[in-house]
Amino acid sequence: MSGFTLPSISLLSQSILSGVFVGALYGLMGLGLSLSWGLLKLINLAHFAFAFLAAYLCYQMASKGVDPLLTLLVIVPAFFAVGAGLHWVMARFKVTPFNSLLLTFGLTGIVEAVIQTIWTADFRKLESSYGEQKFKVVGLFVPVPELITLLLAVGISLAVWAVLRYTDLGRAMRAAAEDAPIASAFGVNQKRNALLLAGTCASLASIAGVCLALSFTLAPSQMYAWIGVVFAAVMLGGLGRALGPLIAGTVIGVSEAITMAVTAPSWAPIVSFTLLIFILVLRPGRAT
Amino acid sequence: MKRTPLIIIGAAVLLAFVPKLGLPAFYDSLLYMMLHWVVLATSWNILSGYTGYFSFGHGAFFGAGLYTTSTLLARYEWPFLWTLPVAALVAATLGVALGAVVFRVKGVRGELFALLTLAITFVIGTIVVNTPIDGGNGVPLSGVPVPKIGPTQSSTFYLLALAAATVTMLVAWAIFVSKFGAGLFAIHDDEDAAEVMGVPTYRYKLMALAISCALAGAAGGIHALFLSYVTAGEVFTITVPLTVVLMSVLGGTRHWAGPAVGAVAITGLLYSFTAADHAIAGKAMIGVVLIAAILFMPDGILLRLQRVFRRTPPAAPGAAHPPSTLAERSTPTASTASTTGHGEVLLHVRGLQKSFKGVRALAGVDVDVRRGEILGLLGPNGSGKSTFINVVSGHYLPTGGEIVFEGRHLAGLPAHRIAAAGIARTYQIPRPFGHMSVLDNVALATMFGGAIHDVATARKQAMTWLDFTGLHEKANAHPDDLNLHQRKFLELARALASRPRLVLLDEVLCGLTPSEIDDAVALIRRIRDQGSTIVFVEHVMRAVMALTDRIVVFNHGELLAAGSASDVMQRPEVMTAYLGRPHLEPAHA
Repeated sequence: MSGFTLPSISLLSQSILSGVFVGALYGLMGLGLSLSWGLLKLINLAHFAFAFLAAYLCYQMASKGVDPLLTLLVIVPAFFAVGAGLHWVMARFKVTPFNSLLLTFGLTGIVEAVIQTIWTADFRKLESSYGEQKFKVVGLFVPVPELITLLLAVGISLAVWAVLRYTDLGRAMRAAAEDAPIASAFGVNQKRNALLLAGTCASLASIAGVCLALSFTLAPSQMYAWIGVVFAAVMLGGLGRALGPLIAGTVIGVSEAITMAVTAPSWAPIVSFTLLIFILVLRPGRAT
Repeated sequence: MKRTPLIIIGAAVLLAFVPKLGLPAFYDSLLYMMLHWVVLATSWNILSGYTGYFSFGHGAFFGAGLYTTSTLLARYEWPFLWTLPVAALVAATLGVALGAVVFRVKGVRGELFALLTLAITFVIGTIVVNTPIDGGNGVPLSGVPVPKIGPTQSSTFYLLALAAATVTMLVAWAIFVSKFGAGLFAIHDDEDAAEVMGVPTYRYKLMALAISCALAGAAGGIHALFLSYVTAGEVFTITVPLTVVLMSVLGGTRHWAGPAVGAVAITGLLYSFTAADHAIAGKAMIGVVLIAAILFMPDGILLRLQRVFRRTPPAAPGAAHPPSTLAERSTPTASTASTTGHGEVLLHVRGLQKSFKGVRALAGVDVDVRRGEILGLLGPNGSGKSTFINVVSGHYLPTGGEIVFEGRHLAGLPAHRIAAAGIARTYQIPRPFGHMSVLDNVALATMFGGAIHDVATARKQAMTWLDFTGLHEKANAHPDDLNLHQRKFLELARALASRPRLVLLDEVLCGLTPSEIDDAVALIRRIRDQGSTIVFVEHVMRAVMALTDRIVVFNHGELLAAGSASDVMQRPEVMTAYLGRPHLEPAHA
């Protein structure tokens, strides 16, 4: 066990900042997962596979000289179709929540195999014009790709929150999540909305994937490394809440970063997960 | 029924001769891996499949056993076999410690439990890596002697795993057919209702978790030596729990043998691809199999097969009862008024209070229920009638006041203790256990309320209660197939099956047609005539007038009036509570 070293203020604030950036990506990854779990009652493990597939597609197009952010124009609608298609199958067979977990786990395995066949198991890193750019604000380095991730995560989370809260479509979706048959009786086109929502979730996964490609090296097996921590962010943030994953993700990211700065990187998981356990066990019980 | 353990043991004995065949070592390790996963998946299923609390922490419990054995071997040079009970014990202790905290929190159900167990996996994994237990480099065990059980080293591991799998299967089966198992399945369907029926839900969940962890820990201990080089990266991940979930769901979580079937199928699949050097194709293939299985066999392979090869369902000893003696003995026309007032006080409630975050649902009520009477509990909506039933039955904790039943203080006891004391209740909206047959729904109440320990006797007795309520033809149906009237009667049968001295009926007549109400009224009379005292919450005045000896009226959580029905309903304060204050003419007194 390495001893505790008290880092300097600048090092500490730099790691908090990097924690915020990682947390934003946790939040962005978790957003679609949370919506699909909370509002569609489907636990979509393939969310991570979608994100990685999108990351590899982005990588592929970028290596042909396309700007990574422009690839979103192709990737987002494509994944919308994939997500809606997947949901159509699940709805058709009336898959239960836990079975959806397993079905999408199977799908994840297939996607992993596909990625491994096309791009091999080696690490890949996207090269782009701004990939290595960073600038300095009040003594802190801000890398451009991470900043893009943060802005996208905050912007999208707020947008989803506003849609769910203030539009008829959002209200209809929340009503259908409460009680689908009753919502249908009040004229909510539940089937169409669910397809729309599932497509949106997959699109969100693909955006998270592009952000992932911007700042991380990719390997197919890496998709499993994200599952634990993103799930934690989703459940901590509250299922079906738009802002929850972002906030919870940031809390986890920052606490990880501080732990890494104060002790050794290998201790990082313990703080976030202990924090999570305490919050879950000690918070006042919700409806029982 | 008793054939099953013999079959398990017989199969194990036959399989123990496999090393004698002299197959290449590859088959030993393939069979070892199959049995290894059989133990892990089956042990996971004892908690998660039976109760529905999906654990993602099986990696942690498995890992606890693995590292216990490797530490004892590498550091203290224990003989290998002696480390296995310790490994099981450490894993079980870990599980119980976790469960004791987690299961106490009321909000922790399903998905939160899944998350907490997953989080524990990472926490323990991190601790192991960062402390001398592992140290980050893994623990080499190549110098440890492997006990000579089989002719070769690989066959020794195979035999050890076979023994572990046999024990695990026997345990899983024994729980499955026992009263304990019935309680676990009831928790799966409706935990609150199970508690009210007398199932000690907290203790049962903890016991199931401990058994599940101990078996996983023992499997971990064996696996430590099998691997001969232990690293944390392979253990404390989401891969172990996901694999066992996968196997169990594929095979079927509602059957004791389901996970084993899934484990053999998936391990076999995996090996057939890795052996032929198509690991990637194997991964995709498993994905395809899984998707197909979920879409076309959502209840698992085993239940699907059972449905295809259905012989006679394992049911209903003596299903063709004539309408039983209990029903004939009843005297539906007996006048109810004659017994009034003679009984001693059975339930004695004083100053009972219940507040929900400042809303006072019960503001200190005093109610006495006398033995043998039917007490009507009336009042406008929101007056606290259902809260009264929920507090007396232990579903809610009272905020203040005392409840004394046959001289025992009940306030603050968990619901299952109150059920055991002799109080049963029904729910206004029936809450049957959805995955159990009508007969088993009633048999559960018989076992947990009536101190009957074996399932067969419980079923036999349950059948008489189905006769009593006229549901005997529906014994093997599932609650979903019943109409509202039958579901209400099922609630009654369940409440009666525990042989309570006091039955709390929460609006049993609501939603029934007039002729169904007549049936129910006759039934409630018969319930009283066979010896139970009844508290009867109802809005249907016709039934209240016909049935009750006395009524009490609640309003705004307070006792407004008490006395005979015809008298109390005439009182001005009662009429005001129901109808509002008259403006033009005074109420006739």
